[in-house]
Amino acid sequence: MAADKLMDYDAALELFEPVLGFEVHVELGTKTKMFSHAPNVFGSEPNTNVTPVCLGLPGSLPVVNEQAVRYSISLGLALGCQIAASSRFARKNYFYPDNPKNYQISQYDEPIAFEGSVEIELPDGSLRTIPIERAHMEEDAGKLTHLGGSGGRIQGASSSLVDYNRAGVPLVEIVTHPIFGTEALAPEVGRAYVGAIRDIVLSLGISEAKMERGNLRCDANVSLRPRGQEKLGTRTETKNVNSLRSVERAVRYEIQRQAAILAEGGTITQETRHWHEDTGVTSSGRPKSDADDYRYFPEPDLLPVVPSAELVEQLRSELPEQPLARRRRLKADWGFTDLEFQDVANGGLVDVVEATIAAGSSPAAARKWWTGEISRRANADGVEVTEVIQPERVAEIAALVEAGTLTDKLARQVLEGVIAGEGTAQEVVDARGLAVVSDDGALIAAVDEALAAQPDVLAKIRDGKVQAAGAIIGSVMKAMRGQADAARVRELVLERAAAE
Amino acid sequence: MSDITPELVRHLASLSRIDLHDEEVTSLTSELGQIVESIAKVQEVATDDVVATSHPIPLQNVSRPDEVGETLTQEQALSNAPDSADGRFRVPAILGGEQ
Amino acid sequence: MSGIVGLTAAQLAERLGAGEVSSVEATSAHLDRIAAVDGDVNAFLHVSDHALEVARSIDDRRAAGEELGPLAGVPLAIKDVLVTTDMPSTSGSRILEGYMSPYDATVVARSRAAGLVPLGKTNMDEFAMGSSTEHSAFGPTRNPWDLSRIPGGSGGGSAAAVAAFEAPLALGSDTGGSIRQPAHVTGTVGVKPTYGAVSRYGSIALASSLDQVGPVSRTVLDAGLLQDIVQGHDRFDSTSLTTQWPSMAEAAREGARGDVLDGLRVGIVRQLGGEGFQAGVRQRFTETVEMLQAAGAEVVEVDAPHFEYAVAAYYLILPAEASSNLAKFDSVRFGLRVEPAGATSEQMMSATREAGFGPEVKRRIILGTYALSSGYYAAYYGSAQKVRTLIQRDFSAAFAQVDVLVSPTAPTTAFPLGERVNDPLAMYLNDVTTIPANLAGIPGISVPIGLAPEDSLPVGLQIMAPAYRDDRLYRVGAAVEALVENALGGTLISRAPALGGAR
Repeated sequence: MAADKLMDYDAALELFEPVLGFEVHVELGTKTKMFSHAPNVFGSEPNTNVTPVCLGLPGSLPVVNEQAVRYSISLGLALGCQIAASSRFARKNYFYPDNPKNYQISQYDEPIAFEGSVEIELPDGSLRTIPIERAHMEEDAGKLTHLGGSGGRIQGASSSLVDYNRAGVPLVEIVTHPIFGTEALAPEVGRAYVGAIRDIVLSLGISEAKMERGNLRCDANVSLRPRGQEKLGTRTETKNVNSLRSVERAVRYEIQRQAAILAEGGTITQETRHWHEDTGVTSSGRPKSDADDYRYFPEPDLLPVVPSAELVEQLRSELPEQPLARRRRLKADWGFTDLEFQDVANGGLVDVVEATIAAGSSPAAARKWWTGEISRRANADGVEVTEVIQPERVAEIAALVEAGTLTDKLARQVLEGVIAGEGTAQEVVDARGLAVVSDDGALIAAVDEALAAQPDVLAKIRDGKVQAAGAIIGSVMKAMRGQADAARVRELVLERAAAE
Repeated sequence: MSDITPELVRHLASLSRIDLHDEEVTSLTSELGQIVESIAKVQEVATDDVVATSHPIPLQNVSRPDEVGETLTQEQALSNAPDSADGRFRVPAILGGEQ
Repeated sequence: MSGIVGLTAAQLAERLGAGEVSSVEATSAHLDRIAAVDGDVNAFLHVSDHALEVARSIDDRRAAGEELGPLAGVPLAIKDVLVTTDMPSTSGSRILEGYMSPYDATVVARSRAAGLVPLGKTNMDEFAMGSSTEHSAFGPTRNPWDLSRIPGGSGGGSAAAVAAFEAPLALGSDTGGSIRQPAHVTGTVGVKPTYGAVSRYGSIALASSLDQVGPVSRTVLDAGLLQDIVQGHDRFDSTSLTTQWPSMAEAAREGARGDVLDGLRVGIVRQLGGEGFQAGVRQRFTETVEMLQAAGAEVVEVDAPHFEYAVAAYYLILPAEASSNLAKFDSVRFGLRVEPAGATSEQMMSATREAGFGPEVKRRIILGTYALSSGYYAAYYGSAQKVRTLIQRDFSAAFAQVDVLVSPTAPTTAFPLGERVNDPLAMYLNDVTTIPANLAGIPGISVPIGLAPEDSLPVGLQIMAPAYRDDRLYRVGAAVEALVENALGGTLISRAPALGGAR
């Protein structure tokens, strides 16, 4: 595969305006599939989560999963869409070994939701509105494994194996209108948009939305038009973009690749391209000869879905706060800087920080614990932060620090004890004897002892060289085995040194 | 006057994955030409004011609860498979050798 | 026909219930009859290896005092379009030869649960595309009245099996007349219920919005007894109706003994008769209408102006839906595989479908693909769906005036094998009378009314009722049956020629 010629990004932007479009597929986390009662679970033995419907066996018929419809309506509402008064399924006809009936049940002219918009936030904090054309229900295909090629690729494979466990898993496909005016920020817009969809889906609790697992899949459409031209350029559709970072990289790559072709007077082929995460390039996909003619027609085995106004209003009333609005509210409430909030948000820690604050912690302490020590441990152990410790326990520790019972250093030991299952924060403090010595008598004795042992330092302090006190403080803290409030010790050192 | 040509028949056969022989293309071109001519009359009365009927008995909102039911075993699933391996259905290469 | 096989299902059921006959005896008698005559008739594609075993278990349960259903122990022939776990299901196609379904069609499961004994799978036009069974990949079925003639189609096997006394009852499917037209040409009874009255789950789909499973029998009562067992809501078929159906057998009994014809408003559809209809068919039809009038029925002619577009609409909708329904036969998960050396998956699929489908199936798939193609959809498929609306309106207007509509079930009696097999248009026109009911979803029945004088072959009367009023068909159908029997001095089927072993 010859390497694509790429134009310098800034040069490309000078000559061309990028126009984007996205098709995001969301796998719904229902218990069963879209049209069959087979379990919708990941990672089972091949071809075990199947019924005659999933395999397209002769005589089998689909029946709509009502929960999938509700989830789809909720998602439509969260995308600001109108919900169709009447919606119906259609067959999309194309042959492919992972498509068991050789037609996919999808929606065509009457999608469940249409005409909405999603507000996204770019890294610089600016907001943009992405126009949504439609969101429709459909079923997923099976999974192909390619044999005999290199690295499991379809190219060069001698045969392929099909597992239909995924066939029929409910999907919602969210399609944007063309997105204009992103200019040099196109890659960031792509990333932010897909991230926003992920956040919305997660906030609704309708999908695990794990891109690496294919719960959320993005096809990125990119076209360029020369500056001053009205007509849209030919677009490519890049598939297999399986992380937010890849969305950003793939959009950037396509802009540079297409610009190089167009600048030399070439033409862009309308095609499907594949993103290669490892090499960071896109490559031409199989040109689908049937792609121009899916022969859609209303699915005769299924009836129209006519959501009642009551159902739609009920689902609307149950919508959670929009993730972006919530984030902006929390950031203001907590008084975080952009950077601080991004730390929390990018780590997926908004919920736990919020819960910790609700349990009494200060925002700063909650942020510090979760983005710091707890995240480090979770990463090291390869687990979710919520599996490390509960927000309530973190709030307890923060409260003990706040009250002066613990220093930061001691608090880390308490955290360790709590994680190790030694009980509540207070129980760990008690059991390990970790509380700060707040008895001035004991501290004064230790200070006096240290001053007596280091007369030269004492002299320096008395000469006004206050920074020399550090050595005394260190000795006292050591003597107290760290269980003293360093600030109080410092006060006492200066006080006693002056008093002698 | 029908627009059924051998090229169109070949295209339709390709869309529907039927590897027609040349004689079949010839006979189908003429048969379909006649058939299409006789069925095109539906357009005479299918005016804009008539709604389309896709289901003979109008029903709506037929769905099932999201509850897991009986599934096939892997053995049952593969029992009619012309070829299989590792619990999966096997098909020959999806892309041709030249690609 | 004498002996056990000569009994109707109702008569046999009564003797089974009274302990005068065992299911094993009844099943054996029918298996013997199949062995004797099916070499000539070719109604069966497969005869069950388990029938006697099933019959024995029914006898044992009866002997143990178990309360069994009204048809328990009665043998049943099953059209090969319905999938069965204990017998292959091919839908008459080479591409499904030997296919064993891991599940039973709902109607088969209900029949088993009711104690019916599956005898075997009956022949049919490939994927139910045809009106003669000549499009079966496994050779045509022959009409028991004249072995050189077609038994109708697509369900010629089920009708012939019942007409030849190889089974008292059979299950069929009717997409454009596949139950009613074979009944017409074989002197038997066939019912296409209201769309959605009987589950389609496990019926290998031809055209989803037209297909309907129904009973095939020698009497109206027998059909009602079978419909009672198979009808009713099925959660595996979204188009299945939740209606609480009355007993069709009870309706048939009422019709046979009562005066349901007195005051009945009967409509003759102007467009379903006249030119193109065989003289003897017209004659028997007219005589029957006169008998209805004599029995007190008010007969009026009604107009259904859009019926002339029905065949055209049907031959767009059916191929369109069929082209999609039959896409699953790709040799990946089941069925025939033809894999030329070095073939890609796509080439394998194309080679398999070329080898596995017969000419009529290919014709309709290509036609349906054309009708759905971008650029043609609105003109063809879209227009056909509008014609469907117009035909429904014609029916609504007609049923505002009358209780039932009647017509000859088909324009001609059984035509000779080979006469139309290479003339698809002529074959398609054979369905002109039966297609409107499928397009509108309404129920229809064919009841034998006599033999056409010119060829001594059976003629049937089609009766149609509004959707959901299947019971009306059974009531009126049984009344017509009684009138005809009275006029003939016996059943029509008793005049069928003896076959093979019975000679």
